[in-house]
Amino acid sequence: MTKDECKQVVLDIIADIAPDEDLSNVKPDVRLRDQLQLDSMDFLDIVMELRKRHGIEVPEADYLQLASLDSCANYLTPKFNALSAKS
Amino acid sequence: MKASRIVITGVGLTAPNGNSLAEFRANLLKGVAGIERIEIRYMGSQLAGVCHYDPLRHQTKKEVRVGTRAGSISVYCAREAIADCKVDWAALPKDRVGIYIGCTEHGNVETENEIYNISKFNYDTKFWSHYHNPRTVANNPAGEASLNLGVTGPAYTIGAACAAGNLGLIHAAQMLRLGEVDFALCGGVSESIHTFGIFAGFKSQNALATNADPHKASRPFDKARNGIVVSEGGCLYTLERLEDAQARGAKIYGEIAGYHVNSDASDYVLPNPVRQAECVRASIRRAGLEPKDIHIVNTHATATPLGDIQECEAIRAVFGEGCPETSINNTKSYIGHCMGAAGALELAGNLPSFDDLTVHPTINVDDLDPACALPGLVLNQPRKVAKVDTILNNSFGMLGINSTLIVKRFAP
Repeated sequence: MTKDECKQVVLDIIADIAPDEDLSNVKPDVRLRDQLQLDSMDFLDIVMELRKRHGIEVPEADYLQLASLDSCANYLTPKFNALSAKS
Repeated sequence: MKASRIVITGVGLTAPNGNSLAEFRANLLKGVAGIERIEIRYMGSQLAGVCHYDPLRHQTKKEVRVGTRAGSISVYCAREAIADCKVDWAALPKDRVGIYIGCTEHGNVETENEIYNISKFNYDTKFWSHYHNPRTVANNPAGEASLNLGVTGPAYTIGAACAAGNLGLIHAAQMLRLGEVDFALCGGVSESIHTFGIFAGFKSQNALATNADPHKASRPFDKARNGIVVSEGGCLYTLERLEDAQARGAKIYGEIAGYHVNSDASDYVLPNPVRQAECVRASIRRAGLEPKDIHIVNTHATATPLGDIQECEAIRAVFGEGCPETSINNTKSYIGHCMGAAGALELAGNLPSFDDLTVHPTINVDDLDPACALPGLVLNQPRKVAKVDTILNNSFGMLGINSTLIVKRFAP
């Protein structure tokens, strides 16, 4: 998985949990909370959907890694690739 | 101290056969029922009353996703009632608004959904939603309405089984009289068709209706009745003290004339006609009326073989033969049993009778059960009457809770 593909995975999840938001111009280097109406429960949703849909675990200590699309990609891409290497 | 007079100034509703009072009333007069078949988890196709309002009329997609069906129904009904009563909502102090919503139950739907969800993950509870608690707390439907409306006054639910719709109105009237709030949104809601448990429970109790024709399934007082049709719905009213309503020139649907709530203290599920009759009598007494002064009695009857007979026994004991101006009807024959919303919805369907002097009938009575034969029962066709000054609304529930509410024509 590339980092761009990883960002799309995260955007697909956000599209479901924040269905009123326009995601066409999300800036990858800006905190998601600064450009979208997302609260702490929504971030828990992102964590839950990563777990449900992709088997990815994000421990609470790493939640800050999900702040922006860029940080999501940096943090999650190796996890996705490690999972696909296992399977 | 003289109690304030409390009046109804707005109605917002969604029923299986209408999403506004005008639509609902028109269908009650035309004999249009609203029952259909839906798929129920683990049980397959079942008869149910489904509401077809547009949630996005008053909620964002996210509110609908995060919240509950009962919360969504509450928001819809509250917003529609506020629009109907034409109050200057923006100017109303939100800390002086109370939201009092009757519920039969709450949390079953959301709990069942989560258990089903984790069943797909080998029952690993780390897949259990973090929304479970805010969705299942008993105040959820009122809380979602307070969030949507920005109401900072008291907002809570009243658990009273199927008597709950009346209880919402009664409690609001009491709070207005106590001066706790200046404006109340009140009534009842139900999301019960989204839990298999309520269907399975009634089925195990041999109390779930079956019929090849969905619209014929709910048939109180008919010999062939065979149980309850479970429905969802909601109806919220705006209630105000008379002087406040008059000061802003509000339209007044009617005045809360009397009410009573009591308990059978006799059985978990079987009704008690003696206590029901006591409840009805006490409400009439509180209104300063006599049975012959009641012009419409909306029955609670749910179409169970025994329950209908017992309510008829209670009504016969109160109204007997000496009430020639009393008409008796039923709304569940159209919309099934809307549980916590039933009392509030059934009252709403009758309110227009003050203006059109027409009593909507109970439908689906092809062969009247002699044990349910009551003088004044309006069967299958609307009845024009000379006078409608009072409507008495019965709502009874499990564990033996009885509620009766009387609304009278407003006369300054």
